[in-house]
Amino acid sequence: MREYFDKILVDIKGQGTVPQYLEYDEPPVEKAEALRYSGYPADRAVAVASGKLEDEAVSAMVDKVFELMKGQLVLKVGYKIVPISFDEEGFPILPFEQRSEQLKGNLEGCSLAVLFAATVGSGIDRLIRRYERTEAKTALFLQGCGAERAESLTNAFNNDVKNAAELAGYKAHPRFSPGFGDLPLTVQTEFLALLDAGRRMGITLNESLLMSPSKSVTAIIGLEKL
Amino acid sequence: MLWLAVTQEKNVNILDYMKDNFIILDGGMGTLLQEAGLQPGELPERWNVTHPEEIVRIQKAYFDAGSNVVLANTFGANGLKFDDEELEKLINAAFDNARRARSESSSKKEMFIALDIGSLGKLLKPYGDYEFEDAVAMYAKTVRYGVKAGADLIFIETMNDSYDTKAALLAAKENSSLPVFVSNAYGSDGKLMTGATPAAMVAMLEGMHADAIGANCSLGPDQLIGVMEEYIKYASVPVLLKPNAGLPRTENGKTVYDVFPPEFADSVEKLMEKGVRIVGGCCGTTPDYIRAVSEKADKLKPVLLTDKNLSVVSSYTHAVIFGHSPILIGERINPTGKKRFQQALRENDIDYILGEGLKQQDAGVQVLDVNVGLPEIDEPAMLINVVKELQAVSDLPLQLDTTDTVAMEAGLRAYNGKAMVNSVNGKEEVMEAVFPLVAKYGGFVVALTLDEDGIPDNAEKRIEIAKKIISKAAEYGIAKKDLIFDPLAMTISADTKAALATMKAVHGIRHGLGVNTSLGVSNVSFGLPVRNIITSTFFALCLEEGLSAAIMNPYSTEMMNVYYAFRALHDMDENCMDYISYTDKLPAMVPAGSQAAAAKGTAGGTPADASNAVDKPATSELQTAIVRGLKEKTGHLTKELLKDSKPLEIIQNEVIPALNTVGEQFEKKKVYLPQLLMAADAAKAAFEEVKLVMAESEDGGAPTRCPFVIATVHGDIHDIGKNIVKLILENYGFAVSDLGKDVPEQAIVDEVIRLHAPLVGLSALMTTTVPAMEETIKLLREQAPWAKVCVGGAVLTQEYADSIGADRYCRDAMETVRYAEEVEAELNK
Repeated sequence: MREYFDKILVDIKGQGTVPQYLEYDEPPVEKAEALRYSGYPADRAVAVASGKLEDEAVSAMVDKVFELMKGQLVLKVGYKIVPISFDEEGFPILPFEQRSEQLKGNLEGCSLAVLFAATVGSGIDRLIRRYERTEAKTALFLQGCGAERAESLTNAFNNDVKNAAELAGYKAHPRFSPGFGDLPLTVQTEFLALLDAGRRMGITLNESLLMSPSKSVTAIIGLEKL
Repeated sequence: MLWLAVTQEKNVNILDYMKDNFIILDGGMGTLLQEAGLQPGELPERWNVTHPEEIVRIQKAYFDAGSNVVLANTFGANGLKFDDEELEKLINAAFDNARRARSESSSKKEMFIALDIGSLGKLLKPYGDYEFEDAVAMYAKTVRYGVKAGADLIFIETMNDSYDTKAALLAAKENSSLPVFVSNAYGSDGKLMTGATPAAMVAMLEGMHADAIGANCSLGPDQLIGVMEEYIKYASVPVLLKPNAGLPRTENGKTVYDVFPPEFADSVEKLMEKGVRIVGGCCGTTPDYIRAVSEKADKLKPVLLTDKNLSVVSSYTHAVIFGHSPILIGERINPTGKKRFQQALRENDIDYILGEGLKQQDAGVQVLDVNVGLPEIDEPAMLINVVKELQAVSDLPLQLDTTDTVAMEAGLRAYNGKAMVNSVNGKEEVMEAVFPLVAKYGGFVVALTLDEDGIPDNAEKRIEIAKKIISKAAEYGIAKKDLIFDPLAMTISADTKAALATMKAVHGIRHGLGVNTSLGVSNVSFGLPVRNIITSTFFALCLEEGLSAAIMNPYSTEMMNVYYAFRALHDMDENCMDYISYTDKLPAMVPAGSQAAAAKGTAGGTPADASNAVDKPATSELQTAIVRGLKEKTGHLTKELLKDSKPLEIIQNEVIPALNTVGEQFEKKKVYLPQLLMAADAAKAAFEEVKLVMAESEDGGAPTRCPFVIATVHGDIHDIGKNIVKLILENYGFAVSDLGKDVPEQAIVDEVIRLHAPLVGLSALMTTTVPAMEETIKLLREQAPWAKVCVGGAVLTQEYADSIGADRYCRDAMETVRYAEEVEAELNK
């Protein structure tokens, strides 16, 4: 599994960067998560994934869906590191407009922020499209397993950021996404433009400000100097 | 200076100039504008008016460095970002600036100014929410202003979606007669973001008469070598390359790229030696890069441009080339003689049609024939719909099969790639209607060797007709390579010389005229017993005569045997691998009846079955199969049962009780959504078997319960929940009319009125679209007061449902079924 913390470390030390683009290998599959995103109750998903509970048909569906996804995913992350300051009321000054109390709390004490977008590409949406018309159950599992892939990719990048931050003497705060709490989805337009995500990653927004490819994540990670 | 500029505008056409010369393009603009002070988020096109001197300075530097073509600063100049007045002003200013740069330049080269068009940044339907035709209209606006402002050519660039590229190229072609260059942005996997290979793009863009094609942005020149080699291999028009200066990084707060002018020029030079004829730079490149490239070009001679003479069709992902290994074209999407298919067309049951397409793809065809002509339906509308739906689920190229030229044009326009067109023939009237469409949209045309006098009974006359068609096509600029002749297979039961004439014609056209051939082979055996024997043998004989393609039934084992054996015997199958993997699958092709018998023999013996039997002692084997979600087994068992039982009895006594069992367990949280869906899918297999039988009967197998109109409301594109509800409702026999997602309010009302549907289900996932739901309900109350409305979706609650005036909030699919049954019972009182 390729890691990028050394590359990110350089950018943290440089106190910022123009957008950078990374291509990740597929992280290991979190089967319990895949089942949970597919509509299984969490405890049962864990039990099935660990083999404590047998549900052969459902287990086989997850395997089938990962087989279908093979070769269809391109895992990309685009990020930009920016220095942040705060206004008199304590709101962080970021390269996109917002006045979110929760983001303010999240970024308290930080001097850098990693803005990023992660996507597993449009292949998964083509697969979902195909199966939702002909085999709804497979589409459901594709939704679930695709969500797991995007989440695992995001975790892999977040982990690289955390490790790089530690080496540079920073603490990484928990990531925070547009659409969480009081940070509205309307920031997505500017957020993605900052990353040139349309051109470089193929991420576009629809009228309702949802991303396509659908299995994409945007978030901000605050870095606090220790 | 001014005098020089004027003569250039008048005398030298870039198409003439590029016949014998390399064309040097310009380099990056965005990075240079940022250095000059353009702020993040500021629109660069506004600088045409606010900072003209900066634009002129950069563009003059490019002309001075040796650029033949400078792109006007119009990359993002489109109607989504600017109103009409500002758009026209910015485009005019962009050309004023570029002309000033040209007249002030000291360069002695030929200099041209291009209208630069980048993507609108909207993902088109079905993956996004933007209409293809809206995109065409939006690009058209930019094109018209660009033409008025005096562009020498149009440069469409950095496109990462083939459909978006088609929209822009179509707009350029429909609104100007200027030369058009088209450049796509490839990922490191050598494909566009939406999956197209270079070969697929070459097929589509050449079909639509782009004047030069290639790649720009995303990567450095060395990473684009693979993509460029593909372009050079397939393209018959000049190939262009405008790469980045490698990858960016920050040094002391400044952005630097990792490929410098000398290495950049070396890399580009290697590609010019291979055949690239139009070169420049993209992000990170500056006049220094262009100067270095221009100096290399001065010392080289462009590689001679050759016609690759390829017969090719494409889908949104890949190209299929005719003339080597034979191509199988699946014939099953066609209502002729198929009651079940006709029923699907009449009921707008697109899913059934898509299923036929996917099944044929699994069976191994490389192209899908699409015929949706039925007297009582609106064929153009249906063809657009089926083309859009099919190309969203299958990556096979399509063959549009229609005699209605309105439908043909609609289909060609909506198609994402270069389609096969079925068909034209030797009748003047037909050629005059079909060839202009092929000339405009691109296409690979099936030409039947018949004319005003009918089908000649001998090969010689059919070959004569073929010659006539070739010369007529040439008048429209359609080359031989874009024709494929069908010399027509006639039944030997009427004339035993018929097959000989066809084979001779295949040979003559392929080897004498050098044009591809295709046949609907199965006609040959019409009227004879055990037709497969004659048809498959005829297929083998025709392949030997040089047949390039066949429109055929891929479910026929005999036909597939011939295909794989022929390829293996003709050195078209390396190490016989395809043949071997085909034979591996052969046992699975044993007729379904015998498999069902086998399943019946072994079922019931496993522990799981036993435990289920204890749970529900009354259930039959079929019910158990449905409850456990065994799709194949359910299908086979239903088929067996249909031999002795009436279709409706099976539904009432077996399928519905089984679904009720699962439904109850779902409501008690003993089974979960995935299992509910697996059971529903299995039940669907039973329904398909039943429908097959019922399609033959008088009532046409119509659903047994009242109509139910279902849709995801306007502005919302989430439909998986709605699809689940639809599937379960259909399982329970409701006549579901599914309008899809993002459905305008009035469209829902119209469908409810048309069907006089007593039930409507509306779905919304996002809070932002609940107002659309409310509006839909309001219109329904006014125009269709009889209809009961239930609503569902993640953001809804009972209170929310009440507040927008819905009759019922349904938490999930089973609640919807219960409510529908309630309403129906009320109606029947």
